[in-house]
Amino acid sequence: MSPRPKLLLLDDQPDDLTMYRKLLSRLPSQPEIYTATTGARALRLLESEPFSLLISDLRMPKMDGLQVLTIVKRRFAHLRTAVLTSVVDEQFRTRAYAIGVDLFLEKPATSQEIAFLLDCIEGLLDREEGGGFRGVQSKNLVDIIQLECLSRSSSTLRIVQGLAEGRIWIRDGDIIDAETGDLAAETAFRRILSWKSGNFEVLPADEARARTIQGSYQGLLLETAHALDEAQAREDPVADRAELPPEARGVRSPLGEIARMDGVEFVLAATAKDKQECKVWGVENPEQMVSWMRETLHRFRALGESLEAGQLNRIDSLGFEREMVLAERGGDALCVGFHKTLERETLRRNMKTILATWAS
Amino acid sequence: MGLLSFLTRSTSANLLRLPHGSFTMDREGRIIASTLPQSFPQDRAREIGRTFLSFFRSAQAANLPLLEVVVDYAALRLKARALRAGAIVFLTPQSHGSKARSC
Repeated sequence: MSPRPKLLLLDDQPDDLTMYRKLLSRLPSQPEIYTATTGARALRLLESEPFSLLISDLRMPKMDGLQVLTIVKRRFAHLRTAVLTSVVDEQFRTRAYAIGVDLFLEKPATSQEIAFLLDCIEGLLDREEGGGFRGVQSKNLVDIIQLECLSRSSSTLRIVQGLAEGRIWIRDGDIIDAETGDLAAETAFRRILSWKSGNFEVLPADEARARTIQGSYQGLLLETAHALDEAQAREDPVADRAELPPEARGVRSPLGEIARMDGVEFVLAATAKDKQECKVWGVENPEQMVSWMRETLHRFRALGESLEAGQLNRIDSLGFEREMVLAERGGDALCVGFHKTLERETLRRNMKTILATWAS
Repeated sequence: MGLLSFLTRSTSANLLRLPHGSFTMDREGRIIASTLPQSFPQDRAREIGRTFLSFFRSAQAANLPLLEVVVDYAALRLKARALRAGAIVFLTPQSHGSKARSC
């Protein structure tokens, strides 16, 4: 028999805690429920023993829910987290998801909503660790799309993989549009389906969305599967390497791939594991640049945490001679400099590809 | 329904909204002009402004003089332009409905 999951409830109202403890004790998994009325107390409890799930209110004196969740996500990255709040505000929902919470739930007002809340919490407690798209157990993206289409649903799937984000619009069981970065329609759909893992959420349907994909979802999924198989089997086209700088010639590493992109002036990539390890291409003063890159990312990461603005995605800067983009992922840092003569649209497209290459 | 209203009651504590708006700072980090709502604490605005001033100075010191920077967070976009005597900073909260513009 598997051990009972441990659930921690955080709310500044003791009466609310008592009520939710009673409600959640009905869950089939029969979790052990702990409670805390302050963020500090919750953090102490989380440090003292492993928990399966933290459910936090947002409005609390001293340390609010977003502050607590920011700290929790940093210290206990694998802990499932949910927000349970009476704050009905899209911005706080966005910020909570940006911090990395698994669920954002409004406090229930009807018996149906209580049942929904219990289902959601039970689902979170049941979820397996490991790969796949968080949100549905042991299902890949094709399964999820098929489920939506077979049930003739109308919804918007938002999929996030690393720094990339995509959306697929489904209306009455038909895939009507897709978008990721600069790509749209079938091209975007194929790109999204090439992602192996990530997070997704089902958003409400967008009735106003124009239809750009006309075929059936079965045909589209089949074509996409074929295209992905062919792409995997085909060897990557080799660029004209004679014109490449020596560092990029013959290099199959991500840095080499990035250095080959049109308009790239320099590349810096530093890993989180080894502070000394840094790969550079086209930089005259690498030590100074690496130090500046790390300092800049640290500075804006700290600002983002202070503002509870979620993950730092990227920093784009414009100088007299060049444009630069800095990004960070799991502590690894990347800085790419582009010639200023490069067209803005080309730069934008190349940077998307670079970030996707680096993220993968 | 008494139980349900008990479940949904709100508390008095406040959450800080990320505002839309802009402000201008002098090179010492003092706010000269602002369109940010009064509910947004001045010390937060100063913290943002000083971060950008330090950023522009550090870039200059690293021989990378910069004119403009856009910092993209999951829930907020900050854009700053270096001015002769300071910087101007724009704040734009991001939501699931808003499409991020990059570069």
